[in-house]
Amino acid sequence: MGRYVARRLLQMIPVFIGSTLLIFCMMYALPGDPVAALYGEKKPDPAQILAIKHQLGLDLPLWHQYWNYLTGLFQGDFGTQIATQRPVADVIAQAFPVTIRLTLFAFVFTVVVGVLLGLVSGLFADKAFDRIVLVFTLLLISVPSFVLGYLFQYLFAFQLDWLTPTVQDSRDPGQLLLPAIVLAALSLAYVTRLTRTSVAENLRADYIRTAVAKGLPRRRVVGVHLLRNSLIPVVTFLGTDIGALMAGAVVTEGIFNVHGVGNTIFEALNRREGSTVVGIATLIVIVYLVASLLVDLLYAVLDPRIRYD
Amino acid sequence: MTETLNVPASASMEPQPAPPGADAKPAKGRSLWSDAWHDLRRNPLFLISAVLIVVLLAMVAFPGWFTSASPTVGDLTHHYQGKPNYGHFFAEDWFGYDTQGRSVWARMVHGARASVLVGVLVTLFVTILGGLVGLVAGYFGGWLDSVLSRITDIFQGIPFLLGAMVVLTTFTKSNLWVVIAALLFLGWTQIARVARGSVITVKQSDYVQAAKSLGASTVRIMFRHIVPNALAPVVVVATTALGGYIAAEATLSYLGIGLAAPTVSWGVDVSNGKDALRTAPHILISPAVMVSLTVLAFIMLGDAVRNALDPKSR
Amino acid sequence: MRGAKTMKWSTLAAAVALAATACGGSGGDGDSASGKPAGYVSMFNGEPQHPLLPSNTNEKFGGYVIDALFTGLVGYDAKGGLIDMNAASVDTKDNKTWTVKLRKGWKFHDGTDVTAESYVKAWNWMANVKNKQANSYWFDDIEGYKDVHPEKGEPKKDEMSGLKVVDDHTFTIELSKPVPYFEYKLGYKTFTPLPESFYKDPKGFGQKPVGNGPYRFQKWTHNKLIQVEAVSGYKGSNKAKNKGIQFKNYSNLESAYQDALSGNLDLVDGVGPKDLPKRKADFGDRALDVPYAGTQSIVPVFYSKPFKDVDPKVIQGLSMAIDRKTITKTVLQGTRIPSKGFTPPQVKGYQKLDTDVLSYNPKKAKQYIKEGGGIPGNKIWIQYNADGGHKEWVTAVCNSITKATGVTCVGDSKPDFQTDLQARQNNKVKGMYRGGWLADYPLNVNFMQDLYKTGASTNYGRFSDKKVDELFEKGDHAGSLDASVKDYQKAEKELLKKMPAIPLWDYAANIVHGEDIDGVKVGFDGNVLVTDITVK
Repeated sequence: MGRYVARRLLQMIPVFIGSTLLIFCMMYALPGDPVAALYGEKKPDPAQILAIKHQLGLDLPLWHQYWNYLTGLFQGDFGTQIATQRPVADVIAQAFPVTIRLTLFAFVFTVVVGVLLGLVSGLFADKAFDRIVLVFTLLLISVPSFVLGYLFQYLFAFQLDWLTPTVQDSRDPGQLLLPAIVLAALSLAYVTRLTRTSVAENLRADYIRTAVAKGLPRRRVVGVHLLRNSLIPVVTFLGTDIGALMAGAVVTEGIFNVHGVGNTIFEALNRREGSTVVGIATLIVIVYLVASLLVDLLYAVLDPRIRYD
Repeated sequence: MTETLNVPASASMEPQPAPPGADAKPAKGRSLWSDAWHDLRRNPLFLISAVLIVVLLAMVAFPGWFTSASPTVGDLTHHYQGKPNYGHFFAEDWFGYDTQGRSVWARMVHGARASVLVGVLVTLFVTILGGLVGLVAGYFGGWLDSVLSRITDIFQGIPFLLGAMVVLTTFTKSNLWVVIAALLFLGWTQIARVARGSVITVKQSDYVQAAKSLGASTVRIMFRHIVPNALAPVVVVATTALGGYIAAEATLSYLGIGLAAPTVSWGVDVSNGKDALRTAPHILISPAVMVSLTVLAFIMLGDAVRNALDPKSR
Repeated sequence: MRGAKTMKWSTLAAAVALAATACGGSGGDGDSASGKPAGYVSMFNGEPQHPLLPSNTNEKFGGYVIDALFTGLVGYDAKGGLIDMNAASVDTKDNKTWTVKLRKGWKFHDGTDVTAESYVKAWNWMANVKNKQANSYWFDDIEGYKDVHPEKGEPKKDEMSGLKVVDDHTFTIELSKPVPYFEYKLGYKTFTPLPESFYKDPKGFGQKPVGNGPYRFQKWTHNKLIQVEAVSGYKGSNKAKNKGIQFKNYSNLESAYQDALSGNLDLVDGVGPKDLPKRKADFGDRALDVPYAGTQSIVPVFYSKPFKDVDPKVIQGLSMAIDRKTITKTVLQGTRIPSKGFTPPQVKGYQKLDTDVLSYNPKKAKQYIKEGGGIPGNKIWIQYNADGGHKEWVTAVCNSITKATGVTCVGDSKPDFQTDLQARQNNKVKGMYRGGWLADYPLNVNFMQDLYKTGASTNYGRFSDKKVDELFEKGDHAGSLDASVKDYQKAEKELLKKMPAIPLWDYAANIVHGEDIDGVKVGFDGNVLVTDITVK
């Protein structure tokens, strides 16, 4: 087990290199030029563009730029933003905590509400409650998050005046509630559907019948045997979801004026700030790696037959 | 009917499902199919979804049957004045006019083609690609699993916006296929993970172990025993994601990199409609309802077919 | 089962570790600045894209702050006329040598005097290619610019020979050739003085600037707000009527609008499309539309298939096929004013053109296009950036053209401005592109020279016409400002015949503000004059 974790941690190195390289190449492939972008719609100055590019090493071949970036990274240097001239590490350090709070909020909401709804509708599969939950989750899925965001803002902040329309202080949980729910909506639908199907399916499994036949109390059957065995696909999904929540908040963060990772990536992309985008994306890859390790470990907890070798 | 069946259930129909335990005899396989069909015909869920899907496919193939109004040419005099007339069935102003003075109903009908194609094709490709990766990784484990899983990690780390922009700007023309490619590029990892997790669980089952010890070939074990039993979560995520992809196409349009002008799609309309959210919400709600109905139809169909085919359910 | 139990513990530990790292970061957020001091005005803004230096700020968000912190030699009045600010006078006899006399007693916010040296030394630094300032090209009229800013390689000198300090409050500017409208250019925000403290730490200065303007810099919490405080001893005519400004950082107009509506924000100088139709209902007479010197056009590129060697008559026809009045009223919600020429009314040199080329006339449009020989392929494209909210009107313009003339017109969406710009710079536009121009200084010259002169760097349509170039040239060599403006007016009439662009409409600033403030006015550049705002 210890060796397994150690091996997985070692695997992070090639993944780290691979993902930075891939995202580096993707940034390179985008049309547009971060230095020319400094001039906006105004007259660009070719002499100055060349000078700035030379200073930043942007005139080097791609592999060389990547090498410079990587060696910098290993010395703890995430690079400097071209336009604002702020260290990328600062920018990231400012954005990540906000997003992490938002993500955790959304994540807890997804897990608690999603599993609960899924469990109940799975237990009563094909009954009225199940149908209502199905339609509800469908609405969440088929309405894009920007529509949901504007709708919730309008409804809860203006018509009902329960919550603030935008986030003024990201440390106030009350203000984060609305964006967190919008962010969680899509995952909530998946988790509910997955739990429901798993539960409904496992209800018919032999071991449940055995457990019921043995005369175990219903609460124990559901809580221990049924839920535990139904959670593998849900846990798998949640593992990928936590990364997606962190990275995919561009739209939601924009609507609620949250200055987190999504917004930062959006702005950096617009200005073609390569080092910022690569830095953030790399951190998100690390989140994915840790999450998928946790998920793999959880498999063994949920299903003792699964072993690592 | 087979036409409607093929689309959503293709993933579950390809491999012949087998009951756990001993190998299914060929004769029993046939009766499984006819049993399933027998079940389905009596299932109201299935009937509703089948009707919905037939209507949708008719819209995709023959939009002219439903409306004669043009989805692209508008008249600005209708701008914001075009409130819906819900009594005027199939008329130009049934669902009012949009901000450009175009018939919303015409756009709902003509938008079906692009949206349904995006939804169905992306789901199909994502399920095949992601399912295969997950199957191989989960079944073989070891270094193959490590490599495939880490590649999945890398792809998941790509920011949605960056990935979509790179794909869509690389293929300068933003047509339907490029949007499908972009969503496939960004979407396959989710299914791959779910499939892998599911395969890992099924792999431990007694019947798989039994088949192994009986000396069944790898391919046989994979497709006879693993796939049918590991399919449930994959189908759930895939059918649920179908709506997600249609919505994702809308998000791409919202971010300005989705389908371009002459193409009509629900996603484009939902994203256009947000500007009129406070004054003329029908512009947004009408295409959004179409998306919901489509997803509902496919999920119900997926559920019904899976239940009918699931050997454990009888 | 023992194995499974240890597994449980390690999983839990790992989960705790993940959560701990997640929460550990919350200290460095810098999020606590939501309070507003009494008498201050809070307004919508965004994160400046560059450090706060006058010579490096060329976008709106940073521009607001720079304008509040610095005052240059001259400014403009509401009609585009010049007024002296820090300068007591700016004189010239030959349009080549300009003598600047400064007002006495002006101080930087660190207490040091504003002298001729403060200007000359600053301009030499700003123009120097080594310092890589985005606005350095503004100094290229000055004699010796090439020495400090060569097209290639290191600068030969540190100082421009054209700048000479006469005494503490007088300096002269010698240009490499006469520019009759140079004084107008002097109003641009890069022509400001810098205090001596700047040169010790230019990088630190960009985060904490010290200016000579109506406001003093207080704090900059990145991604959150920039706060400036009114200077009590300020000597300029634009002394602040409020106690200070909070420039709050918003990622979009919609969320700022929501905050203004709920009373958390005093002023937003833009309204998103979602709220435009409701702005009067929401804010009543606190929703203002103030026209300013910015124009929108569609620009044919003359290397493209549809417009190569095109007869200008065809473009005139296309122009007449656009129903500007209806589109501005409906799709654009009355936020734009149909163009009456190539220059907007807020600038000096605006003239009423006697023409029907800019009015909707489908019949004539069709006829003109036919007479001009039509368009190859009968299809045109309008390229635009999807991140700027242009899609709706491009669609409407295309619809109008197609309906009136039968020419197929399709919007060509580029994901963002960078992609759009790159296509323009590399001559990859398929037919037309969306052109927008905001005045740098309120003079008709500014709306023509950079856009339509042969080889001008922002002339992405690659328009080239001998007669137009001649008239521009004549204007640039005119004996006086007025003569120069007149020559450019002639050029504008010529442009109407050659059609290097199809003017569509002029901008208006859409402003909504709260009940607590008053006196909201807008400058020629569409920016709110923050010093004039009063707090109730």
